[in-house]
Amino acid sequence: MSSLLQTRDLSCVKDDRVLFEDLNIDLKAGQILLVEGKNGSGKTSLLRILTGLSLPETGEVLWQGDPISEVGPDYYEQVNYVGHHDGIKRDLTCLENLRLVQAMGKPLPIDLDEALEKVNLYRFGENFVATLSAGQKRRLAMARLVVTEALLWIMDEPFTSLDKASMAMFQRMFEQHLDNGGVIVMTSHHDIEMPDSDVVRLNLSE
Amino acid sequence: MKRLSLSQAFWFLLRRDLLLGFRNRSELANPLLFFVLVITLFPLAVGAEPNLLARISPGIIWVAALLASMLSLDAIFRSDFEDGTLEQMLLSAHPVPVLVLAKVTAHWLVTGLPLLMVAPMLAMMLGLDESAYGILLLTILLGTPVLSLIGSIGVALTIGLRKGGIILSLLVLPLYVPVLIFAASAVDVSSVGLDAGAQIKMLMAFLFLALSLSPVATAAALRMSMS
Repeated sequence: MSSLLQTRDLSCVKDDRVLFEDLNIDLKAGQILLVEGKNGSGKTSLLRILTGLSLPETGEVLWQGDPISEVGPDYYEQVNYVGHHDGIKRDLTCLENLRLVQAMGKPLPIDLDEALEKVNLYRFGENFVATLSAGQKRRLAMARLVVTEALLWIMDEPFTSLDKASMAMFQRMFEQHLDNGGVIVMTSHHDIEMPDSDVVRLNLSE
Repeated sequence: MKRLSLSQAFWFLLRRDLLLGFRNRSELANPLLFFVLVITLFPLAVGAEPNLLARISPGIIWVAALLASMLSLDAIFRSDFEDGTLEQMLLSAHPVPVLVLAKVTAHWLVTGLPLLMVAPMLAMMLGLDESAYGILLLTILLGTPVLSLIGSIGVALTIGLRKGGIILSLLVLPLYVPVLIFAASAVDVSSVGLDAGAQIKMLMAFLFLALSLSPVATAAALRMSMS
């Protein structure tokens, strides 16, 4: 199968410190890349470079063989990014937030109440985000994976403030995404239980 | 499902920001309050001599409008930056300059437009010649969007800095000066019965220039600040 996401001799320098260099990644449909490493080892920097938010010092990121800087909006349409920040507005309700997410990306034909149910936020639709707990906000942030269509999911510590049941729920969602031919890149301090054949591990501290 | 068309995305974001503005209306009333307060303080400080006040009123109104606009600039992107929605906006499938234009338009509607509405009252209070009211409103209508558009570039450049406030003022003030000069001068000449056509045309030129260039510059600056 051909690769979806590749990097070529990627390196990242921050404050005169080399975080990583000559990084070559090759991800095919149905694979998940787990980025590991100590705090400050460049996990978030790598993820931001893969999304196109930051630029690498050298090297390039390729999507289906083309550099992402050339693919542009067609690449962003394929990416769902869940970063450190939840990317949701506290003065909007859950439903309003999901509508915004859909408006900015490529919407899936899914009923939004159903989408909220999938992330265990059923009946919270009209609640303001400001009234939600940290874990609930995180689940709402992750709901962008349900309401928009994207092949590549990039997630930075997606399990922060989630309980065990929610973690298991999202892991099942990840597996389903991989089965559908998607690709996932994520960092996590939690253990992930996935079939080994699909998992690519990358340790930035080594 | 297909993604929204460009104009749909523009209207969606505009409506969202207006809704957010409405829900945070106390915060957004600040620039308006500042505008009214500064202008009301002038007669108290300078003395209530009608001729003097009428003579300097175009300058007072426009300096106050400029400072009020600068005061509110940071709000264009601040909350979006802090909660990560700005990041998501940059990763959107839509061209960022169009989204930026929607945000700046919404920002102008909640901070610039109210100035336009109270300006006649304040002009009356300062004793500005009635024949200049129309031109005053026209300059505010044409000038304050320019301030918002130019300001958005400055905010985008300084949003990542922890203490960007001072740099922001230093960055945008020089670019505000031409607007101030032409707008105040337009009101000034029309209050003595002369034609302000030339100044108005200059302001229109500024507006079209800012409308076409600033969203692109702001989008590029945001990308730089976020990386």
